[in-house]
Amino acid sequence: MDILLQQIINGLVQGSVYALVALGYTMVYGILGLINFAHGEVVMVGAMVALTAINVLLAAAISPVLVLLLSVLIAMAACMALGYSIERIAYRPLRNAPRLAPLITAIGMSIVLQTLAMIIWGREYHSFPQLLPNRSHNIGGAIITEVQIAIVVVAILVMTGLMLLVHRTRLGRAMRAVAENQTAASLMGVNINQVVSITFMLGSALAAIAGIMVSANYGVVHYYMGFLLGLKAFTAAVLGGIGNLRGAMLGGVLLGLIESLGAGYIGALTGGVLGSHYQDAFAFMVLITVLIFRPSGLLGERVSERA
Amino acid sequence: MSRLSFAVLFTAALILNLSACKKSEVPQSASSSNELIVRIGAAAPLTGPQAHIGKDNENGTRMAIEDANARGIMIGGKKAHFELLSEDDQTDPKTATIVAQKLVDAKVNGVIGHLNSGTSIPASRIYSDNGIAQISPSATAVNYTAQGYKTAFRVMANDGQQGKVLGEFAAKKLKAKSIAVIDDRTAYGQGLADEFIKSATASGAKIVAHEYTTDKAVDFSAVLTSIKGKKPDLVFYGGMDPQGVPMVKQLKSLGLTAKFMMGDGGYTPKMPELAGTAAEGVYASLPGVPLDKMPSGRDFAQRYEAKFKQQIQLYAPYCYDATNVMIAAMQKAGSADPVKYLPELAKTSFDGVTSKITFDEKGDLKGGAITLYQVQKGQWTPVETMGAAPAP
Repeated sequence: MDILLQQIINGLVQGSVYALVALGYTMVYGILGLINFAHGEVVMVGAMVALTAINVLLAAAISPVLVLLLSVLIAMAACMALGYSIERIAYRPLRNAPRLAPLITAIGMSIVLQTLAMIIWGREYHSFPQLLPNRSHNIGGAIITEVQIAIVVVAILVMTGLMLLVHRTRLGRAMRAVAENQTAASLMGVNINQVVSITFMLGSALAAIAGIMVSANYGVVHYYMGFLLGLKAFTAAVLGGIGNLRGAMLGGVLLGLIESLGAGYIGALTGGVLGSHYQDAFAFMVLITVLIFRPSGLLGERVSERA
Repeated sequence: MSRLSFAVLFTAALILNLSACKKSEVPQSASSSNELIVRIGAAAPLTGPQAHIGKDNENGTRMAIEDANARGIMIGGKKAHFELLSEDDQTDPKTATIVAQKLVDAKVNGVIGHLNSGTSIPASRIYSDNGIAQISPSATAVNYTAQGYKTAFRVMANDGQQGKVLGEFAAKKLKAKSIAVIDDRTAYGQGLADEFIKSATASGAKIVAHEYTTDKAVDFSAVLTSIKGKKPDLVFYGGMDPQGVPMVKQLKSLGLTAKFMMGDGGYTPKMPELAGTAAEGVYASLPGVPLDKMPSGRDFAQRYEAKFKQQIQLYAPYCYDATNVMIAAMQKAGSADPVKYLPELAKTSFDGVTSKITFDEKGDLKGGAITLYQVQKGQWTPVETMGAAPAP
């Protein structure tokens, strides 16, 4: 029983990270219909910038809590600037081009960012300093660390904040309007470019938070870390229904749980025929099954509703 | 218009390319005078999760080549000038074959690589078909030299030798009764894990779980949790340090008390540096005797650190040895032509910085020692050097 509980906790922690990154994919897709493959790399840049900021600030000998807060802010600011520039340089000139063109640009952007990070921060794995004590807690035989608790709590807070922003504010209304119909929205006086830029900056700020949480959890930062995470989060977004905020959250948490329970029990269930290396295959099998019955994901809107 | 400009650009690129080819052919034809250009290919992952180890390999090879150029080596009465052609195989078997073909087309005289077994094996066929000598500094899968290619060599003990020693050490010295095994499903990880299991079971231990991951994963909490339920005395991981480091951290934070052991892929400075206190007590093996016990080993380490401003990651000394072994064979044969120097390479007897290097009939390192290390107080410390385990 404690094993099952532990697997569920593992899945929830992993899923919260997926969900946070998936939000970035889904926001951009919802508004532009574009899959921003460079998003995983923005997560990595967030972690790298935070690492650099922490190392600089630690040398200035201020309290660890302040160091952490400041580095989170610096990383978020840096990622917002990056997100803004990516959109401005790589996507805006192609906004009216055929859909394949921005997709290719996105993949190119991802490679460029990865290589730039490799040049700036080097090929080796960097250790992410532990600023605050990270005690383990025992809940019914399962173990959860304070960083992991923080991951789940921060993820919930951020997602709630985002929901409020999208559904309760003027900016949110503008975002929803642009998502529904760009031309009509601009006729109603919505500044499309501004809304798109803000969306990219918001998504990138979330990516920075996710990057810091992942690095704090694993204690390691590497220029390649964004790739697989981005791919998984994209999968989560599709599972939940890409373009839908609640879908991204649901998809992220579900994917985390499926992976964790799959890796933990698939061997026992199949009598050892399939091992834990089928974890990813299992996750994608679930994805395909869902897409057969609900082609636009679990909570996805029907395609006909989109222009 | 744009199509036209593309065509112009393309043609221009083609012409440039052709002239570049011509240019590189000039020294060869001029070699009739007094200088002999010897091209040595190096292949390792220079991007991706193992890029830090791959760059380390390239550095080792580069250092040997620069040393040789500084020494002014004569091959067949001509002054040899060595050139390094470094390629990135991205740890990917498919890319490895492309890179191998590229090196063949560039007419290299020999290849030092690849880093991984999964890339060395598919590439070895291309080198063999083209008669180019290949010395892998670090591929340990038994299969690599078991294919019968006359061109494939390695300067490192294979998984058969290493897995055997590790399995016996775990079962007999560490008295592990129940053992859980994880591998990354690469030719290296899987091969080493299988040999380890064979040897540990033969020595009386019981394998209670065999779980899997990939060489790109970072989260192992799920497999570790299911292993935790089996309460093993020891967890063995067949794979490299990008996975080994987070794995040992997660193992400790999940409250597993089992000992943790890896093969040569875990013996990097990153293990104690990144895993911190979690790395304390971790075991890993490395063929050869500790570098500072070798006559020229300490000197090599110092020069490496001064030159590249970083610690040796893992296989740089093996690359250094592999390159020197190849150069020595060329000198003896009086030719940089693989057809001529391959027989000399097979007869190698060379005092390297890692060990004394001689090859058996398959191209495997003959009876090398294997050293077991443990992280003690944040430092890799040699525990025991186990002698000449004969190749199976």
